[in-house]
Amino acid sequence: MSERIDVSIEHKHAPIEDGGRPHPNTCPKCDSHYRDDELEQHLNVCPQCGHHFPVHARERLRQLSDEDSFVEEAADLRSDDPLDFFDLRPYTERLAEAELATGLGEAMVIGRGAIEDLPCQLAVMEFGFMGGSMGRIVGEKFARACEGAAERGVPLVSVTTTGGARMQEGILSLMQLPKTVCAVEDLHDAGGALISVMAHPTTAGVLASFASLGDVLVAEPGALLSFTGPRVVQQTTREKLPEDFGLAESNYRYGHVDAIVPRPELRPTLGRLLRLFANGR
Amino acid sequence: MAGEAELRLREQLSRLRSLPLLRGAKLSSELQRLQKQLDRIGGEQSDEEIWRSVELARHPDRPYTLDYVERLFEDWFELHGDRQHGDDAALVAGIGRFRGRTVVLVGNQKGRDVKERTRRNFGMAYPEGYGKAMRAMELADRHGFPVVTLVDIPGAYPGVTAEQHGQGGAIARSQALMSRLGVPAITCVIGEGGSGGAIATALADRVLMQENAIYTVISPEGCAAILWRDAGEARKAAAAFKPDAAHCLELGVIDAIVPEPGEGAHIDHDEAARLLGDALGESLDELEGQSGDDLRRHRRVRFRTIGQVPATR
Repeated sequence: MSERIDVSIEHKHAPIEDGGRPHPNTCPKCDSHYRDDELEQHLNVCPQCGHHFPVHARERLRQLSDEDSFVEEAADLRSDDPLDFFDLRPYTERLAEAELATGLGEAMVIGRGAIEDLPCQLAVMEFGFMGGSMGRIVGEKFARACEGAAERGVPLVSVTTTGGARMQEGILSLMQLPKTVCAVEDLHDAGGALISVMAHPTTAGVLASFASLGDVLVAEPGALLSFTGPRVVQQTTREKLPEDFGLAESNYRYGHVDAIVPRPELRPTLGRLLRLFANGR
Repeated sequence: MAGEAELRLREQLSRLRSLPLLRGAKLSSELQRLQKQLDRIGGEQSDEEIWRSVELARHPDRPYTLDYVERLFEDWFELHGDRQHGDDAALVAGIGRFRGRTVVLVGNQKGRDVKERTRRNFGMAYPEGYGKAMRAMELADRHGFPVVTLVDIPGAYPGVTAEQHGQGGAIARSQALMSRLGVPAITCVIGEGGSGGAIATALADRVLMQENAIYTVISPEGCAAILWRDAGEARKAAAAFKPDAAHCLELGVIDAIVPEPGEGAHIDHDEAARLLGDALGESLDELEGQSGDDLRRHRRVRFRTIGQVPATR
């Protein structure tokens, strides 16, 4: 695009790139900077201060599920543009760009897998795909994951990281809230369990639907879990926000999540829960 | 999908035309309005018309939930409090007699003057409001009373306490409870159907929308602030995400449009209430006699299949 070639050298206090965003491998908490392989080796958790970096959906599946156990389902589902939505750019263009950037067809990957030898269904979100927003395809995939879990008689483990409903599909995105809620209720009626892991951020439409309906709710440390984000709350109410506004720790204190689990302990924790729900079977 | 919406409207039209002529005067205006809706679906609505719906949905003289309750319900008994720690005046709930039935009604409530607006928090509910809604709907389920919900909320309240009390979880659980109801549930969006705050009480067997109401995933201002980075572009945002009743019908999000008098519900509260009452009564009649299991199953299928997705791009 631009004919200029920028050369930068990675170092601990990496310079802020244009657009004011720090380098994705620079820890926003302690400024430590890592190579990709260093971060991957530490499950994308800062070895210095414990900050949890975002994890892409595929990487998350590798971290959580037993090797080679995951089989993706409904991978061919793609969104169309029901409203011919056009803001500064057409929605279809944003979709294509997100697919190129993430290598995923949508903001959620579903499929069957196993964690510590216990079979389960998995539904993992990708924040890099349009902010992990939920449109019709994400809703459809989650509903199918519920159905798959019910059919196979295994629990569903969901990992959410999302800004909420996708504006570009308008009211149809809002309809994904009741759709996913109904899917969870059907799963529960079939005797199935939902274990909901909430990563940073899990907000708005997803927090206000399936993510909050897990039989067990687990959050990652420092994850923002709020219906409305801090900036909007600040702007609308002019209230002084507590330092830990909407964070997992605050949610834990107020009784909205069952546990805050650091990423290295997530897989064993899920294994333990799956064993408990399997009840000796 | 447009064809389906058109069919439904045509059906409504022909039903109205076949009614006895006694109510002729009022009917003819309804016929005209339905014809207008049909024309709207046939031709695209202009951005101006869409924005007009947004303005009318927020009109300060528009009837609110209690205005309808006063005109449609007998022996209304309002329920207060969520039985946990508060009573949210932004959401009202109660039991009353509606056209020969005991019905539980849940509705968002805005205020008419400054004092009441503040007391009712501009209709923006706290989790306590959804707690009250859930309690009222559970009561209905226990006793076999149908549930009617009226939706008119700019959005669930975005505040610190609201978050601390679990706004997201409350909205999710209220929907979950509605998906389990073994009694008929009818929703009508009577003003602003704002985002999660609205859907919390809108997971119903029949979802209706008044002619000038809007139903949105986010407020036009919020959408403009995020996508256009300028809240002033709300008109463009509204035109892009099409929150008006005709589009919602076309997309299969709602089942029918409830006509409003003349320029809009604000000019004649009595007439608006009569039209709304007719629509609610008709929906209740349709659902009468269905078993709890059937209601639940159809309700969930309804939401499972809204906006069916294409197989591949």
